[in-house]
Amino acid sequence: MAKLEYDKNGRLLFTKEMREEYTIFIPMMLPVHMTLLERVLNQAGYHCKLLTSTHSGIVNEGLQNVHNDTCYPALLVIGQMLDAIKNGGYDPHKVALMITQTGGGCRASNYIHLLRKALKNNGMDYIPVISFNLTGMEHNPGFRLNFSLATSMITAVIYADLLMNLGNQLRPYEKNEGETDALIMAWNDKLLQTSMSIFHMKKTMAAICEDFNQIETVQRDKTLVGIVGEIYIKYSPLGNNNLEEFLRREGCEVVIPGLLDFIIFMSDHHIVDSRNFGIKYGKGMLSYLMKRFFIHVQKQMIRAVKRYPRFRPPAYFEDTKKLAGEYLNEGNKMGEGWLLTGEMLELIHSGVKNIVCAQPFGCLPNHIVGKGMIRAIRERNPQANIVAIDYDPGATKINQENRIKLMLSIAREKQKSAAEKTAKKMPVKA
Amino acid sequence: MTAELYHIGIDIGSTTVKVVVMDEALHLLFKKYQRHHSRARELAADMLLEAKEAVGSHPVTVAFSGSAGLSVAEMTGIPFAQEVFATKTAVDTLLSGIDAVVELGGEDAKILFLTGGTEERMNGSCAGGTGAFIDQMASLLNLSVTELDSLSFQHTQIYNIASRCGVFAKSDIQPLLNQGANKSDVAASIYQAIVNQTIAGLAQGREIKGKVAFLGGPLTFLLGLRQRFVETLKLDKDHAVFPDNAEYYVAMGAALEGKKGDVTDFDSVYKRLTETKANINQVDTLPPLFQNDEEYEEFKARHACHSVEQVNMDDYRGEAFLGVDAGSTTTKCALITPDGKLLYTYYTSNNGDPLTVIREQLKLLYERFGDRIIIKGSAVTGYGEELLKNAFHMDFGIVETVAHYYAARHFEPNVDFIMDIGGQDMKCFKLKNGVVDSILLNEACSSGCGSFIEAFAVALGYPVAEFAALGLQAKHPVNLGSRCTVFMNSSVKQAQKDGAGIDDISAGLSISVVKNAVYKVIRAHHPDELGKNIVVQGGTFLNDAILRAFELEIGRNVTRPAIAGLMGAYGAALYACHKRPEASTLIGPQELEVFVHKAVMSECKGCTNRCKLTINTFGGPEKYISGNRCDKPLGKKALNLPNAYQFKQERLASYRSKGGTRGKIGLPMGLNLYELLPFWFTIFDSLGFEVVVSGPSSRGLYVAGQHTIPSDTVCYPAKLMHGHIEQLLDQGVDTVFYPCMPYNFDEKQGDNHYNCPVVAFYPELIQANVTRLKEIRYLNPYVAPHARKAFTPRFIQWLGETFGIDKKSARAGIDNGYAELAAYQQSVYDYGEKAIAFAKENGRDVIVLAGRPYHADGEINHGMDTLLTSLGLVVISEDCIPPAPQAKVNVLNQWTYHSRLYHAARFVCEHKNMNLVQLVSFGCGLDAITTDEVKDILEQGGKIYTQIKIDEITNLGAAKIRLRSLIEATKDVR
Repeated sequence: MAKLEYDKNGRLLFTKEMREEYTIFIPMMLPVHMTLLERVLNQAGYHCKLLTSTHSGIVNEGLQNVHNDTCYPALLVIGQMLDAIKNGGYDPHKVALMITQTGGGCRASNYIHLLRKALKNNGMDYIPVISFNLTGMEHNPGFRLNFSLATSMITAVIYADLLMNLGNQLRPYEKNEGETDALIMAWNDKLLQTSMSIFHMKKTMAAICEDFNQIETVQRDKTLVGIVGEIYIKYSPLGNNNLEEFLRREGCEVVIPGLLDFIIFMSDHHIVDSRNFGIKYGKGMLSYLMKRFFIHVQKQMIRAVKRYPRFRPPAYFEDTKKLAGEYLNEGNKMGEGWLLTGEMLELIHSGVKNIVCAQPFGCLPNHIVGKGMIRAIRERNPQANIVAIDYDPGATKINQENRIKLMLSIAREKQKSAAEKTAKKMPVKA
Repeated sequence: MTAELYHIGIDIGSTTVKVVVMDEALHLLFKKYQRHHSRARELAADMLLEAKEAVGSHPVTVAFSGSAGLSVAEMTGIPFAQEVFATKTAVDTLLSGIDAVVELGGEDAKILFLTGGTEERMNGSCAGGTGAFIDQMASLLNLSVTELDSLSFQHTQIYNIASRCGVFAKSDIQPLLNQGANKSDVAASIYQAIVNQTIAGLAQGREIKGKVAFLGGPLTFLLGLRQRFVETLKLDKDHAVFPDNAEYYVAMGAALEGKKGDVTDFDSVYKRLTETKANINQVDTLPPLFQNDEEYEEFKARHACHSVEQVNMDDYRGEAFLGVDAGSTTTKCALITPDGKLLYTYYTSNNGDPLTVIREQLKLLYERFGDRIIIKGSAVTGYGEELLKNAFHMDFGIVETVAHYYAARHFEPNVDFIMDIGGQDMKCFKLKNGVVDSILLNEACSSGCGSFIEAFAVALGYPVAEFAALGLQAKHPVNLGSRCTVFMNSSVKQAQKDGAGIDDISAGLSISVVKNAVYKVIRAHHPDELGKNIVVQGGTFLNDAILRAFELEIGRNVTRPAIAGLMGAYGAALYACHKRPEASTLIGPQELEVFVHKAVMSECKGCTNRCKLTINTFGGPEKYISGNRCDKPLGKKALNLPNAYQFKQERLASYRSKGGTRGKIGLPMGLNLYELLPFWFTIFDSLGFEVVVSGPSSRGLYVAGQHTIPSDTVCYPAKLMHGHIEQLLDQGVDTVFYPCMPYNFDEKQGDNHYNCPVVAFYPELIQANVTRLKEIRYLNPYVAPHARKAFTPRFIQWLGETFGIDKKSARAGIDNGYAELAAYQQSVYDYGEKAIAFAKENGRDVIVLAGRPYHADGEINHGMDTLLTSLGLVVISEDCIPPAPQAKVNVLNQWTYHSRLYHAARFVCEHKNMNLVQLVSFGCGLDAITTDEVKDILEQGGKIYTQIKIDEITNLGAAKIRLRSLIEATKDVR
């Protein structure tokens, strides 16, 4: 049994013994990405368990253990973890938790601390929490993000982006139901078997695109709807009441910008700060290299997708940024920052005029970059049809869906309005 | 001959069902409107049956609409038209020349812009209902909706009532009523709040102009509401359109949309509607309150024993003590003997008029007393405390927490936790060694409580007692979550739709109220945190379902006195008895005869706040003034205690330009500019600009900018910025400077020194939403003055590029700015030091009123600082305490303003005569993190944590209870 060891600040460490004995819980966010990442980590010798639970007990755990005015994602992530510890059938003494830590000016960077507080309040502070970040915060002897693991994970994210993107474009039209998801799973396996090396990326992405191109589709009348928003709520079915599924049922093709843009956006921060304020950072060079690498990969991906005219390729980061630049400064970096505005604009420019902007109730950055920009976006893009939806433990699905339905009705009318113009005006005679 | 095709539209809204039948020429053949009391589908079927005659054997098309129609449509497979969309179709088809539509429904509000770029908007899920809101307010005023409507025409003035959500409005209205305001004025003010909410929350900067059609039930039936809309929007007769059948537009729109669907016949529609099984969703349920009858019997027996001995008043001879609890919705009296036995009790809804209730009661008592009983002392507590104390010369006015403690310990001498849920408030306090150790009150946001259950019972068509009794027997209580009541409304709707019974809903609501109390108000993790000997009280706990739910939730048996609803009054009586005045000052029978109450409204001219005063007279020379935020109108001599908030306000107000050669530059006084005013002002002033600083903030300033606020859940300080900008524009400023600042100054107290996202980037939101800014030069550069070395050359360059200022002057200006900022900060530290010294010398207590620098704005803190000084306390702010390196906190400490809070909390712990009160703006996400941490620090230091949530609300009542309780508690400590 692994001993509990602490660092000099009293933080419980994830030790090498724990690596052997413990199961690491990972909260769900993007299904395609997280499934692949879980397997990458397991392949590297960890015992990870991706939490896929969605029952209402999660929200209750969250409500009981996290300040209710904290953002909904914190409540869900922490609730999901506590629920899994208590009811997941694991020995709590052989469990560790992994959570991402960004370190931005948004309150989201406090999740890890709130999680530890919650564990303490439950008398479970013997459970180590691993911070997952690319900037070297919170070292743990048992979890090393070495070059090989880091690159496999990054590669996994990039592939997952591509799989999600193509999957979303094909799923509504596939001739044989389930074929798209089966292909995604097949590629999951294939990616794990062949190495996740960044050097094969170009070839692999081409192969993925070719495989997806084989999927037979039929012509169906679908409404294109983009989803943007706070990162957790945007992607996580638990967070957004299964928004993607709802939209699909309503006859929509869902367009969700990938995670890669967000990663480039994050690595851009230091560069932008230096440009805006003249502040120099020690890690400035690393940021610069990372950004260049990701931009390069994104270009490869776009090129691979573009070879097939039937697919809508992802947008170039710099193009999205340029669009946002007409509304916001690139220094607007907390939360999703200018990227959220940029994604709305990019969607509109690429023909996806209908957008759901999803956020936790009272999300601070989204007051500005989400709801705060919609008016200006509409002013310059009158065809834009955007609905902002708030998510929190008390908001009901019916309310949210009714508002989305309004957006969809408008979308469909706009689709039709070209054909039929005027209806006769007749007075009512009661 | 083929029969003509008819079109059926069924609109199932949140509270009503509307059914219409139209023929091909769009004649309305049948229409019906009825409240559904949540029996939506059944009622729709019944109403449809009534239309059978009108339809006959004609072929029909049919469609549903409305918020509750969605699921019925899904169940039956009948087409659905989204209601806003249906409205648009109806207006397009049936009316002409309409530019905008305002439609209010039971719980939804919608605006449609039809010309100049079509746009449809619906209220977000936060904005409280409209029709349902009026119902709620009417019952609060004890009026029917019709009475409320006709009263509204007699108003002479309009009060500010928070318009964001019903819960907020309610807490604004209650004190107005308790202070004796006219119902007609309140009625009109309620309407005005709805109008403001519609304009601010929905139009969001788009002007509602041209020809406006008003639709929906409330706007059809309530003429007073119409008047408020027409007046506020400045519409004339030709431009305000109130069409016939306005309440049927959604239904008619559905009928029109349905034309596109399949043709069918009446019987098959009716069949589909009646035969579909309701249960499509699995209702999320909880375990029942009682597993079996034995459990229930045990429960009843256990609680039966906590009663008080009664003495027949008509036989009694001797001394007595009177306690009155003038609560928000009810007034309670208790008359006791010196040994605590009950002579008389009275409990009634005060119908917004506690004075009359007490006058009648006193008359009655004096008549029955004869010469047998003498009242030796009296005490009053609750919302109406001051009014009643003044009106009837009662001996003591005491804060509620004290009254409740006196009562609770009578039943459980070792009581260490009291939980009181009343009609409007929830109060919990922990007791240590007989002293109040911490007080928790519900925030304005979650003040569901007792009146909440009552409102639900009434809405569902049940008397409260019966409703509660049903809950006790529920087999599968519905899980309704534990959030704000506005949300709960929709949860209940959804549960009903999914087939939950009234009993399960009743039990579910009780459990929700309890969960709300335990997890949101108390924020407990374990029952052990509450205490061992828990007394629960307040009228809400008379509801056995709530009592049981509470016991189950905390896993422990509790004491509920039989007089749970009267504990405030009983405690007040015990208090009076305990204090035993020489002779009671209580109004006598003769004086009572000539007692007349008159309330006159007036506006205080003492300062720029222009408080709306209510001057009460009682037939004698005395008068009681309410509505004031300070002591000025009372003619009392001010104590003149140090008040750092006032100091900061005055000091910041001294930064005013005398004119300049470079023209005007405007600085909006709020958020990141508030504390940095000395810095920016000095830079621009010394460069020769005439710097125009906006403010002071006021309700009027807020309203002026309200229409450009895109996100109605952002904090009030941010919302005020819109008004500041408008004010600057009105003053003819042609350049506005409002920089973006992701980083604040680094005071080396935390891991980083960010601003919160709103403070950092609000200038960008302003640019995107205030259209008028396009007419002028709006400058919102990204700056980071904390890094002086990097900032100076950049800002010199910026000043050169923007204004053509030469480098040398620019550098000098910037240097002046830094110097002035340092001087300002030093002056605040100095003031703090002096204030602390003053307190020490004069034996006063100090309150660190901690928030953000911009909380010094009087419109944001609502005069909390002067309230504190009027209670005899010295007030300093968190930024009076010079920064020092800090110990680690348990959260990521990365915001400059928030780091100061942790530091201030530690500082307070080191001083015996200090306490901290944290001001928290509603909607501040970061304070969700800071409050818990500040609380931890204070409690570890043996201090009481007090938090005051502030918003656009101007009601100080709840804050006062908190502060007075805090004072009482600290008094007890020494």
